[in-house]
Amino acid sequence: MNAFVTEKTLPPADAKEAAEREVLLRVDNVSLTFGGVKAITDISFDIQKGEIRAIIGPNGAGKTSMLNVINGFYHPQEGTITWQGQVRRKMKPYEAASQGIARTFQNVALFKGMTTLDNIMSGRSLRMHKNFFWQLLWRGPAEREEIEHRRKVEDIIDFLEIQAIRKTPVGRLPYGLQKRVELGRALAMEPDLLLLDEPMAGMNLEEKEDMSRFIIDVNQEFGTTIALIEHDMGVVMDLSDRVVVLDYGKKIADGPPEEVQASQAVIDAYLGVSH
Amino acid sequence: MFYREAGQFKTSYKADQALFPILQDRVGLAVILITAFAVIPALANDFFLTSIMIPFLVFSLAAIGLNILTGFCGQLSLGTGAFMGVGAYAAYKLTSIFPDANVIVMVLLSGVFSAAIGAVFGLPSLRIKGLYLAVTTLAAQFFLEWCFIRIPWLYNYNASGAIEVPRREVFGIIATGAEATPLARYFIVLGITVLIAFLMANVLRGRIGRSWMMIRDMDIAAELMGIRPLQTKLMAFAVSSYICGVAGAMMVFFWLNAAEPSSYSIRLSFQVLFMVILGGLGSLGGAFMGAAFIWILPVILKFVPGLLGFDLAAETVEHATFMIVGALIIFFLIVEPHGFARLWQIAKQKLRVWPFPY
Repeated sequence: MNAFVTEKTLPPADAKEAAEREVLLRVDNVSLTFGGVKAITDISFDIQKGEIRAIIGPNGAGKTSMLNVINGFYHPQEGTITWQGQVRRKMKPYEAASQGIARTFQNVALFKGMTTLDNIMSGRSLRMHKNFFWQLLWRGPAEREEIEHRRKVEDIIDFLEIQAIRKTPVGRLPYGLQKRVELGRALAMEPDLLLLDEPMAGMNLEEKEDMSRFIIDVNQEFGTTIALIEHDMGVVMDLSDRVVVLDYGKKIADGPPEEVQASQAVIDAYLGVSH
Repeated sequence: MFYREAGQFKTSYKADQALFPILQDRVGLAVILITAFAVIPALANDFFLTSIMIPFLVFSLAAIGLNILTGFCGQLSLGTGAFMGVGAYAAYKLTSIFPDANVIVMVLLSGVFSAAIGAVFGLPSLRIKGLYLAVTTLAAQFFLEWCFIRIPWLYNYNASGAIEVPRREVFGIIATGAEATPLARYFIVLGITVLIAFLMANVLRGRIGRSWMMIRDMDIAAELMGIRPLQTKLMAFAVSSYICGVAGAMMVFFWLNAAEPSSYSIRLSFQVLFMVILGGLGSLGGAFMGAAFIWILPVILKFVPGLLGFDLAAETVEHATFMIVGALIIFFLIVEPHGFARLWQIAKQKLRVWPFPY
């Protein structure tokens, strides 16, 4: 294991406070409908640089739709998204990727026919530029570029402790490891904002602990801003700096974990309430 | 025991991502190349070269072309025959317009035309997937075949409607036309096939090859990682059609000497598709194995009754060959749906632990 992972050092408090003031992404009055179905209604929130922001809510609350809006897979009918100071209504997914938004999926969406190494290397695609003719030759620039990016990828493999499965096709890996490879693939993009859609779904306690540690390490060591959707409330409350709660496509609470936990609207949404 | 990489340590990423990181594989490849470039030309007779080796290499190249599109990029195509035809007619026109130019260069250039046409017919792939895409490529097949028949300019207004390859010399050696020796043709075909296979192996292990496989395995995830679907798919269509075009040009220039539009019919598309499926989708080695199975096996089977002393009518042998090859195709697909390439991988895995497989 790497030294920098075990000896965790928290960034100085004042630096963290300064970073917290800078807004990385702001969602203003976004509404998304599919025909007559309102997936998201008039939601506004922001994600500050360097924080771990959780999006929670009961099933069908619109959490995944929200992530899909952020990385350009869905185009909202109303509202704007401000990304690093730039206001936009819609963009293509690859534009979001090239501007530094990476994500993982609720159902693992790895490239099944490729090895762990190739999957994580695929995260470097946007940073590799040698054209077709250099690739034909391989010797020279294309090979040098490949090796340069391989180094970065190997750092990620070390970080996630998946050296042993480097050359294994990901289709053969157990579910927990697939989730980890998927995190590695998103990390390889060196994103400014990392969207994690239920990173711990279907994991046992030990795997959840590992994944939580990786998420905290990514946030603190690489300074990556993280937005995550998760159903395990213990994990959400421990990991996140701020939580936004959705229910039926509407925002019902927003704030630090303790505040959200105490909110009557959130308790009603999760436990149900008699009218 | 013989195939074990124990003790072969890689100390650099360069060595680790070599095409053949294992010594035994490198030796095996060297043996195959020496056989192809020295042993076969020295020992083989004209029949073996013209009826077995040259068609085998041409089909291998076509199978590599289709494999790039279907096996690596996941876009099913039934237009292979037509794209090969575009290469053939383009090469024919090029040699007619520039009679003094090097015919090998013309054959390699002809692929550019089929690449352009392939990219145009690849446009629907942005919206259409799987079997539906196969149907749109079928449109390419029928439209282009119609062009080969109805546009007389393509075959220089021949009365026969066929293209006949003129005599061309390369560095004083007759390369094409009826007088060209099988040996000269064999070396040209072998050289082009090996070169393109090697260059494609390079592309497939790098960024571009990975982007094709990303689209194949999970197109949504690929898009969210910054891959532009249309560009990537069109590039696969273009590269695939280029290779198929060169294979088609080689087919008429170095093997058949003359070709009609029907030479590039849907039958050829299916033949190449079967080679790819049987050899293994997403494997360059599989393309060679598939081509060998579909082309060489029937040729050999035709001689088996004669060698065993049976005196059978030619049609009976022909029909029996069809039945045996068909049965074997079904048999192999049941044994291993991922083709010969996967069988070979399993065999290698078994060899690694032999003789103590526990």
